[in-house]
Formats: sequence, C-alpha cells, structure tokens
Amino acid sequence: MSQRQVDADFLALPLDACADAALAHAQELGAGHADIRVVSLRTSMLNLRDARLDGAVLDHDKGLSVRVLVDGCWGFAASDVISPDAARATAARAVALARVSAPLTTRRVVLAPEPVHIGSWVSAYDIDPFAVPENERIALMADRSSALLGHGAIAHVDASLMAVKEQTFYADVAGTRTTQQRVRIQGEWQAVAIDPDSGAFETMSTTAPPAGRGWEYLLGGGDEVGGARPWDWDDEIGRLPELLGEKLTAPSVEPGRYDVVIDPSNLWLTIHESVGHATELDRALGYEANYAGTSFATPDQLGLLKYGSPLMHVTGDRVAAHGLSTVGWDDEGVGAQSWDLVRDGTLVGYQLDRSMAAEFDLPRSNGCAYADSAIHTAIQRMPNVSLQPIADGPSIEGLIAGVEDGIYIVGDKSWSIDMQRFNFQFTGQQFHRIKSGKLAGQLKDVAYQATTTEFWGSMTAVGGPSTYRLHGAFNCGKGQPGQVASVSHGCPAAAFESVNILNSVQEGGR
Amino acid sequence: MSTQDYFVIRPQEIVERALASSSSRACVVIVSCRSVANMRWARTTLTTNGETSHVSVSVIALVDVEGGVAAGSITGRVATSEDIDALVVSAEEAAHHGGPAEDARELVTAIEASADWDDAPEEATSAAFTRLAPDLGAVFSAARADDIEHFGYAEQAIITTYLGTSTGVRLRFAGPEARLELTAKSHGRSRSVWAGRADRTCASFDLGELDRELRQRLQWQGNRIEVASGRHDALLTPSATADLMIDLYWNSIARPAHEGRSVWSRPGGGTRVGELVGDPRFSLSSDPAMPGLEASPFVATISSSASGSVFDNGSPIGATKWIDHGVLSHLITSRFTAEQASLEFRPDAENVRVDVESSHGTLDEVIARTDDALLVTCLWYNRVVDPQTLLLTGLTRDGVYVVRDGEVIGAATNFRFNDSPVGILSRIVDAGATVPTLAREMGDYFNRAAMPPMRIRDFNFSTVSQAN
Repeated sequence: MSQRQVDADFLALPLDACADAALAHAQELGAGHADIRVVSLRTSMLNLRDARLDGAVLDHDKGLSVRVLVDGCWGFAASDVISPDAARATAARAVALARVSAPLTTRRVVLAPEPVHIGSWVSAYDIDPFAVPENERIALMADRSSALLGHGAIAHVDASLMAVKEQTFYADVAGTRTTQQRVRIQGEWQAVAIDPDSGAFETMSTTAPPAGRGWEYLLGGGDEVGGARPWDWDDEIGRLPELLGEKLTAPSVEPGRYDVVIDPSNLWLTIHESVGHATELDRALGYEANYAGTSFATPDQLGLLKYGSPLMHVTGDRVAAHGLSTVGWDDEGVGAQSWDLVRDGTLVGYQLDRSMAAEFDLPRSNGCAYADSAIHTAIQRMPNVSLQPIADGPSIEGLIAGVEDGIYIVGDKSWSIDMQRFNFQFTGQQFHRIKSGKLAGQLKDVAYQATTTEFWGSMTAVGGPSTYRLHGAFNCGKGQPGQVASVSHGCPAAAFESVNILNSVQEGGR
Repeated sequence: MSTQDYFVIRPQEIVERALASSSSRACVVIVSCRSVANMRWARTTLTTNGETSHVSVSVIALVDVEGGVAAGSITGRVATSEDIDALVVSAEEAAHHGGPAEDARELVTAIEASADWDDAPEEATSAAFTRLAPDLGAVFSAARADDIEHFGYAEQAIITTYLGTSTGVRLRFAGPEARLELTAKSHGRSRSVWAGRADRTCASFDLGELDRELRQRLQWQGNRIEVASGRHDALLTPSATADLMIDLYWNSIARPAHEGRSVWSRPGGGTRVGELVGDPRFSLSSDPAMPGLEASPFVATISSSASGSVFDNGSPIGATKWIDHGVLSHLITSRFTAEQASLEFRPDAENVRVDVESSHGTLDEVIARTDDALLVTCLWYNRVVDPQTLLLTGLTRDGVYVVRDGEVIGAATNFRFNDSPVGILSRIVDAGATVPTLAREMGDYFNRAAMPPMRIRDFNFSTVSQAN
C-alpha cells in the first residue's frame, strides 16, 4: 500500500456530512440500500503536431451521486454540487426515480454481502503529473517529437499525453466509508512517412503502455514490479524512424495461414477483447445485449468450456502493481481481490459486481464495480485481466526461434470483435517476417482474423516471465449511458499456429 | 427539487464574470449545461436509470507571448465566483506555458447575439418517459407471453451551450436529443433483432411500430439460409448507411488530406477537392438548420485540433455539401487550415445527410424491387484498417436477411466486413428515400443523421461471424 495520502483539497470537501445527509434521508424515504460517491476527476490532455502544441485541455470534473435500492428497484441521481443539502436532495431524487421505475422492474435486485471497510488507499506513483508545470510537459513531448522529425524519412509527428487523477469517496448504509486516489498516465508518439511519388503513406506509433504511475514514467523512471516496468522512451523513439522507413517499402503480405509470435504490446488487446469482455458476467447473462453485446462464454459452460490450449491461464485482479484497474475497494465498497478466469485452458470464473454475485448465488462479489464519474452509476467493469507467463517459458527470441515460416507482430492498432466475442480482426504497428527461426524484414498490410476459441486453442507456446509486460488502455467503453474505464493486461509473448492472415489492401479491393 | 436548482450560478453570469475577470489579450468562455434522463432494461426488466445534470465551464485565454498568441484552455465545475476567477487564472497560466499557436487569428466580432441568450438552460427529466414507460410495460407483457426477451435503452438529453467572447459575441444553443433502442431475442436467444430511432423528444417514438418491426424480423430469422462469405450485394438500412457515412464525414478533414495522409490526399500533393469520387447521384451534406436535425449554428470548441480552432469560436456554421453529386466539394477546415490547404473555411455541423438523386421509396419498397441482396440491419465495432482507402472493418449485427426477387426469404449468419465508405460510393445500385435514423454504433456520439437505405454492389462480407 502506498505511503501517500489522499490530497488535502479532496479531504477538505464535506465528505462525511454529505454521506450522513444522503444515506439517512434515503433510508427515511424507504431505501433498503443506499450508497453515495463523491468524485473528483482531473484530466489533462496535450496534443502536439510536428513538435508544436496543437491543443491542450485541463478538465476538473467533480460531483456526487446517490444510488438506492427501494423494494429491489434501482434509483440513481447525481449533482455537481458537493454539499450536504445537495446530497440530501439527490438522495430524494434517486428514491423518487426508483419508485417511478418499480412498475417496469420484475427482477428485484439483491446485493451480495460485503464486510464493512473503513480506510484510505492511494495508488503508487512518485511525481503527481498535475504538479508538473504544463510547459515542462509540453517541452518533453516537443523534444521527443523533434528527435523524430530530425530523420529524413519522417514527414509528420503526432504526440499526445494524457494524465488523470481520480479521487473517490464511497459510503453506504452498511457503514463502509473509503477514500481513494488513483493517478495514471499515457504518452504516445506517432510518426508518419509519405512516399511523395505514389502518395502512399505509413504510420508507426510507440508501443509504450499507459500505466498507473506518475510523471516519472514519462521520464523513464519508476520501479519494476512484475510486468510493470519503466519504459525506455529514448530507445524506442530512436528506433522508430528506421523501422517506419523499412515498413514504407516493405512487401505486402501474401494472405494465408501463418504461424505467428505475438508481442505483449499487441496480444494485450486480443486478451482484452476476446477474454476480458467475454468473461464479464453481466454480459454473459445478457445485461449488455442491447449495447456491448453478449458472450459466447455463457454461465452454463463454467468449468466446461475449452477456451484455449492447456497453456492458457488467465487471471482477473484489482491488485496488480501500477495496474490501471487496481484499487483498494471497488465502487460498491468491495475489497480488491484476484482470481482465475481461465485455468488450464478451461473457463473457471467471471467478473462480478454485487448484484451479479447474488444473482449467480455466489457469497461475495470479486469487486469489479466502477463508475467513470459522479454522473454515472456503477456497473460491472473489467479488472486487470492477464495471461500468465510460464515459469520456465522461453524468451521472445526463443519463441521466434521455434517458428519456421511466420510473422512476429508488435504493437496494437485497429481492433474489432463481434457482439458475442467470437470473430475478431486486429492489425498492429510492426509485422516482422520470420524465416527459419530468425527475423527477415518487415511486411505491411497485415491483419489477423480468428474466432476466439480457435485462436486460443492454437497457442503452442507461452513466453516466460522475461517476456511478461503490463499493457492496457484508458478508453474501454461499456454501458448505456456510455462509460469509459482504464484497464491493464499483463501479458507474455506467445506463439500461435496457423492463424488466418488477411491482406488489408486486397480486402479493400485495390 | 428540480435539477434547475443545481445550476448554482446562471450560465450568463458565469460568462460575464469570467470575461470581466480576464486580463488576457482575449478570452472565450463556453458554458455547457447537460441534462439527461435515461432508463435501461434487459431480460425484460428495468435495470438502471438516472436523472443527471452537469454544468461544465471552459475558459480559453488568448495571451501575447514571444512570437505570437498562445491559447490556454481549462474546463471545470464552478459553484462560486471565486471558482470562476480561479479558472480564468489557470487558463491564462496554461496559455503562457503553451507557446505561440500556429492557428492564431483574431476572434470573430459583429455576431448578433442569440435572441434567447437570457433564457435558462433547458432540462430533461424522467417526465420525458411519461408515454414511453407504460408503452414499454405493455410491450414487456406481450413479450413475456410469447417467450421474447427485451433489452434496450431510452435517453432524453438536452445540452444548452452558452458562448461568450471578449469581442462581444453572446450565443446560445439548446439541442435536445432523444433516442430509443430495442433489442429482442427469442428461441433461447438463437434469434436476435434490433431497432432504433433518434429524434428531438422521446414523446415522438411509436413503440407499437417498433415492436411490430422487431417481431417481423424475429419471424424472418425462423428460416436460416447458409450464405458463404465473400462479395455480395448489400442492402444497407438507413442505420447501417449512417454508420458508414458518419465515419466518412468525420474523416473528411482538410489538414491530414493536405499533409498527404488521408483518403482525400492527392498523390503528389494537395487534396482531392474537385474530383469525382463516387456516383454522380450521391451527395453528403450538413446544415445546422436541417429540419428535425437542428444543430448548433456556431463553432464552440474548447481545444484546437486538426478539424477546428479555438480562435474560430463563435463563427457561424453554414450549410455545406461536402460531396455534391459525386464530387468532393469541401473538406472540414478551420480558418487556419483553410489557408494552409487553399480551401474555403468550412466548419463542420453536428448533423449529416445523404441524398441519392432520384432515389425513392421506403426500405420495404426498396426490398420489393431488389432481386438478390443481403439486407443488413446494422453495423458494429467499425474501425479504420487502412487510412489510405478509409478501409473499415466491422460486423453486421442483429440480423442479416436474404432478399430474393423482392422478398425476404430468410436469414443468413452475421459477417465481418472489410470495405470502404469511399469505395462504396462508386458501387451504389439503388437507394430509397432519405429518412432520419439512428446509427447503431455512432449514435452514441452523433445522432442527428438522415440517410437512405442503399444497395451496394459487391460489398465485402469478409468472413462469417457465429454471433447471434
């Protein structure tokens, strides 16, 4: 647990007074359950184009919300005024809405029990990015952009920096009161190369993951814990021009079946889409059917479904060091945990919130409730979902050495998967041809397409701990009204046999 | 208590206080009051709901710095006058940190104030569902009797925007948005259908009509027909057309085209403006005054980007035919990027319309004159694969139907597609009348669209999806 404290400006808000007012009034009005969240969310976004600031936004969103259960019906209301009076009035609006909703609610909501928690938790970071003057942040982004623009092959450079500080107070009628502060950061540089004669162009982005860290991460610093490691920005940016120049003139891939080695910088997104979302119990039960979709991994197959090869061990957790989904408690006051989702290639678990746990007759939620702001209600969101490495598994070089004729895929780019998480298609940043166990130049126009269980069933080798990295995203979307969540995915490199490779130019009919 | 009570300081007062507090060269203040009521259901029972109000205040300070003018933008919530002053100070600090902006221009002046400037923000409440809720209850009851499960979402939102500048601009726009989506499943969830509508108010939605549409499609899915992946004629519903055309609209930005990194880049330099890029019957346009799809008639942006500039705030947005009878006529520009690319200044509006000249008929009438095609209900998870051609991949969802000799004869599987909204402009076989619609995916962000059903030759249904 971090030695830091939650910032004084958040603690200075009338948190307990708001909770007392809202929870007491909700109960007076007949709510069986009530909880209140007070949220302060700071977001800084910088965009640079060709080493010049293009746009900068600093947003500070704050407010409170009250969620109630009245006779098993949900009611929710929010306000951006943080005061006991506003909390009390918001509670009344939430109860009123629950009563209005009752005639349409046939399934009464029950919450799985949870011990009472009282405490404070702060994520692990060294330098608060909001304490770093904006000109320093811009200068770092511009310097690295200029380094890229100094190479003749690079026509343009786009750079972006996003930093978030999220502070949450949660209290409920059972007595839980928690205060948390999380900091996360993401930096990206994308270089563009253009062939002036043909008009063809290619892009290549850095593959550095977003992290639950502070400004030190952008400076190349920070501790190393498991798959969460500092990033060598100068090294990656230094290699980018040559890689992009080679990609621009690389041969277009011949479509067909290939053995592939997938780097963690790409495979994390495949895990996210085909395992992370597929093992959300609310989705598997149908609660997301109108929007995000359902899941092929239905509850009747728990313990039976062969998800992938016996090498496949996927965990869910909210405790990984520097994980983007890591918390002390979730947004229903449930303590952070870790558990198995897929073990030995078989589906063995789901992601839960308290209502899903109760509906599934489980004694406790595994703590996956989250709301992205005060104005949205908590729903089940993804924890850190990670493919575990093999203790004595090979290095990336070892995985590549095991492939006679294939492709090594690095970095994520476009992604798409169907409404039941069967059929997916991904591209990447770099596609290196493998011949006789060695890299043999890049290919371009590559996309890989598969069905989830077929793909994971074709996993022939999983890398060792040296290949394991924590990647992830800030922008996972779910729910109506739409919410975003940040999530990490620990991931080793892995090898797959006979994967369907498409040529994106041919797919486009050119 | 009304949500109005939460607008602690009147938006107009926020604007005036911030402008008075500003010590910078120039200043822009945007107050956005978002009021939303929603309800969501699944498995034929209401699941979540909410009534929320949200006021965000953006201050954009424009300050003199060495080498030019810099912009600093800060957005926050304000409860007191001191909060407003603090936002202004933060914006000015941010501007001083930013360095000269290459898009710097004088702010617009001499814009007539909105007649409704003094009006309060408009408000959405659950009263918007007064008619919808009992109708939904009736649909649920009938569905239970027929072993049909219902899933869906209804939302009434109103965003009221106030824009003030130190050059005297005072503009207000209130934009109501309503949408209704229904998914129905039957036969152990082996059949799944969707219908959606967008309008200005939930009161206009005819749930009975939607329920009949859903039930007809569930029936169509009773006959499964195996169709191999590959290129087939696609009959896109207005919703499916909208998802492709909104992607096309959003990618019609001048700057990347001028820089040689867009589907609208001309090999050798410049843009493709003036080129015939599709069927001469096809036009794509936007217009803030479009009846039923009214959108903000002025620029209100909190950050400069490839498609807009904070220096253009308050500029009028007019009607634009982006593609006019197959010819790419305009690209989205700010004043800065218009000069860069030698194009007209054309800010984008938050609505879009496609017309295919001489097209006519409802979707049912287009089906009746179609000999052989796959009718696609909607598209989902659409992503750019190749920006050079604007190749998109995505999936059909909740119903692909086989049309033969003017009738739907059954349902195929879902498919992954790989095709370009630019490429299909040259493969339009037939189209119906343009109608307001809700894009299944983009409707989350952009729900003011009017589209025709369109039949596209040789649409690339790349692989089969088992999802249903």
